[in-house]
Amino acid sequence: MAKKTISLTIDEKPVSVKEGTTIMEAAESLGITIPRLCYHPDLSLAGSCRVCIVEVEGMGFFMASCSVAVWEGMVVRTNSPEIRQARRDIVELLLDNHSKDCQTCERDGHCELQNLAYSMGVRRRLFEGKRKEFPVDESSYSVVRNPEKCVLCGRCVRVCAEIQGVNNLSQHGRGFNTVVGPAHLADMDDSVCIQCGQCINVCPTAALLEKSNTDDVWKALADPELHVVVQTAPSIRAAIGEGFGMEPGTPATGQMITALRLLGFDAVFDTDYGADLTIVEEAHEFLTRLDDGGPLPMITSCSPGWISFMEKFYPALIPHASTCKSPMSMLSTLAKTYYAKKKGIDPSKIYVVAVMPCVAKKYEANRKEHMMADGRPYTDAVLTTRELIWMIKCYGIHFVNLDDGEFDAPLGLASGAGDIFGTTGGVMEATLRAASELVTGKPADRLEFTEVRAVEGLRETYVAIGDRSIHLGVANGLQNAKVLLDKVVEGSEKFEVIEVMACPGGCIGGGGQPYPPEELKVLDPELLAKRAKALYTIDSGKKLRKSYENPAIQELYDEFLGSPGSEKAHKLLHTKYEARLPRGVR
Amino acid sequence: MSTSTDNWEQVQATAKQVLGDNVVKFIESCRAEPNPESQLIAVLHKVQAEYGYLAEAHLDAVAQLMQIPAAKVAGVASFYHYYRLEPRGRFLINICMGTACYVKGADRVAQKLMDELGIRFGETTTDGVFTLEGTRCIGTCGLAPVMMIDDKVHAEVTPDQVPVILEKYLDQVRRAGSETSGRT
Repeated sequence: MAKKTISLTIDEKPVSVKEGTTIMEAAESLGITIPRLCYHPDLSLAGSCRVCIVEVEGMGFFMASCSVAVWEGMVVRTNSPEIRQARRDIVELLLDNHSKDCQTCERDGHCELQNLAYSMGVRRRLFEGKRKEFPVDESSYSVVRNPEKCVLCGRCVRVCAEIQGVNNLSQHGRGFNTVVGPAHLADMDDSVCIQCGQCINVCPTAALLEKSNTDDVWKALADPELHVVVQTAPSIRAAIGEGFGMEPGTPATGQMITALRLLGFDAVFDTDYGADLTIVEEAHEFLTRLDDGGPLPMITSCSPGWISFMEKFYPALIPHASTCKSPMSMLSTLAKTYYAKKKGIDPSKIYVVAVMPCVAKKYEANRKEHMMADGRPYTDAVLTTRELIWMIKCYGIHFVNLDDGEFDAPLGLASGAGDIFGTTGGVMEATLRAASELVTGKPADRLEFTEVRAVEGLRETYVAIGDRSIHLGVANGLQNAKVLLDKVVEGSEKFEVIEVMACPGGCIGGGGQPYPPEELKVLDPELLAKRAKALYTIDSGKKLRKSYENPAIQELYDEFLGSPGSEKAHKLLHTKYEARLPRGVR
Repeated sequence: MSTSTDNWEQVQATAKQVLGDNVVKFIESCRAEPNPESQLIAVLHKVQAEYGYLAEAHLDAVAQLMQIPAAKVAGVASFYHYYRLEPRGRFLINICMGTACYVKGADRVAQKLMDELGIRFGETTTDGVFTLEGTRCIGTCGLAPVMMIDDKVHAEVTPDQVPVILEKYLDQVRRAGSETSGRT
C-alpha cells in the first residue's frame, strides 16, 4: 500500500513528505539540518539527548524531531528564539558535566560536542556544578574508555548491539551516576569486547578512543640502533587523504609513501604484499580442504575483530577459520625473518610498525601466537589511520603537495588482488582469482568477480570454479555475519567458503579510520562506497592483478619458503585460535 | 530463544550451581513462555529473594541461562533501586526517613543506629549481622518514628531504645550459634 503524503509547514515553508517521515527528515528535505547528538540514521532511536528539539504549534512542549513523525497540518518551528535558547541550555548542561580540556583532548577539532557548543552559540559556561568522576579504563590493547567524557548518548551501546551483535556495552546505574561500560563495569580487557572499535567511530566525544602507540613509534624512529620498517594496509591509501582535506575516495598511495619516508622510516612496505601471500596460502588451504573433505566452509581469518568474536561467541567454528595469519602478521613475520636474512640485519634490531584501519590489530599484534621465540612481538607497534594522519601533521609535512613515492622491495610489491582486501568481498574476489586458476590449471577467464563487490551487509552466491559450483557467503558487520554463521552452526545450509569482516564495509569502515568530514555521518554508505571505489580503481589500474603472479611472492617461495603450505610456511605464516572467556551471548 | 549454544550443558550446570534448583526451575518456566526476555525483572526478584542480593556470578548465570547479554542484565540490575548488588546482613534495618517520621525524630534514631553499628546507610556491619537502609514512608505514620527490622515493625522508637532492640537480635544470633556470616 502506497504511503499517504503528509503536508506540513516548517519555518513557514510548506513541505510534503511521505507518511512516517520524522520532523528531522522533513526538515532535511528543505535543506535544514536540525542539530543532533544521540541520533544516528543506522541505529535505533534513543531520543535521549534532546538536542534536536523543535517547537510544534499547539503542543505546549518541545518535541524531539528525531523521533516524532509528521502529521497533516503540523506547524513546526526549528529556530524560534525560545527553541534556540532551550537547545543552548541543553548543550550547556551537557558541557557542565564534561571535562574542560578541549585543548589537550585527542578529539579537539573532531568533537561533535565541541561543534555543537560552537554552533549553538555557547560562549561561556554558566552552570557550575558537580562533575562525574570515573576512572579511565586502559586495560585493552585497542580501546580506551573514559567515562568522564561520556555524554550518555548511547550510540556506542547501540552500535555494539545492533551493528556488531556483541552487546558488550550497556548503561549502568541511574541518574547522575549513570555510566556506560561492560557488564559489572569490568575492564574492557576482561569483557566480551572484540576490539573492533566501532564504538570509537560513533562516539561523539573522546569517551572512547584507540589506545595510542604514537609515542612508541616516535621513540623507535629516533633510535639510531633500530631499523624501523613500516607497512600500510590496503585501506589506508583510500582514506588517509581525508585527514588532509582531500575529497573522500581519492587514492593517496604515493603521497603516503613519501610522507612515511619523511617521517624517517628506513623501509616502506605494503601490507598488500602480505595480502598476496595470504591469498596464495589461503587458496592452497582451501583447495586442500575441498579435496580432503573439510572442514568446510573455510572462513577467512584476516579480520582480528571477527577472530575475537569467533573465539568468544562461536568457538564451535574455530576449526572452520583459515589458519592463515592476517596479511599484517604475515608481513611482520617475514620482515624479521626473510627480510632480515636477505639484508643481513639482526632481527632484534628491526622494529616493525603497521598502519592499520583497525584498532583490533593492536590486540592481534600482542596475541601470544604472534610472538617471536624471545617473547617480542613480530609487529612492534600498530598505528591507526588517524594516528598516522596526526603524526604527519605533527611533523609538519604538507601531505597534499608531496610527490609520489614507491614501496620498497621486496615486501612492497603487490598485485591488485592485494589492494581490494581493504573492502568487503575483496578477500573473496582475490581468492577466486587464484582458486579458479589453481583448479582448472588454465588462466582464469575473468579477473573481476563483481558478484562479491559492494556487499551491503550480507550476500550469498554461487561461483563456478572449473566444473565445481562453489557456494560462498560474504558478510561485513558482525550482526550480519551471524546470519551466515548460525546457518553453519546449525548445518542448515552448506557453504564452501565464507568471508567475514567485522566492520561495516570491511576495513575501509574500520575502527581506526578518519572521522568523517562534518557533512557526512559516521559509517556513511556513501563515504564507504567512495573509499571502496578508490581501491577498485587502484586494482584495475595495475598490470599485476593476481596474487600468484606477483614475482616478489614467487621469489619468496623459491628462496625461502619452498612451496605454499610447506612446513616452513606453516610454521611462519599460520596460526591457531582458542575459545575465550567471558563467553558472549549471541 | 536459542538454546543452541555449543556449551549449553556447561551453562546449565554452572547456572544450577550458582543459582540453585529453585531459581533455575523458575527461569525454565519463564523460558517456556513467549518473550522470556521480558521476565528478566521477575527472575532477578526471584534471585534476590533467594540470596538477599544479586552477586555478579548470579547475574552472569542468569544472562547465560536466559541468553540475554550480561551487559544488559547488569544494566537492568544496577538501574532499579530495589535490587541490591552487595551482600546484606542477617537482618535488614530500614529506618523510615519520610516526613512524619523525620519530624518525630527519625534522624536522631538513625544517628544512634549508625553510632551503635559503626556503619552508614547502605552498609553492612563487619560481622555480617546488620545492614542499615533509609527508606521512605512505609504507610504507618501514626506510629512515627518507625523502624523495620526485616518484616517486624518497631514503633515510636527513641534513640535510647536502639541498643535494647539491637541486643535482642544479637542475642538471637548468639543463640543460633556462632553462625553470623550473613545470608550469602
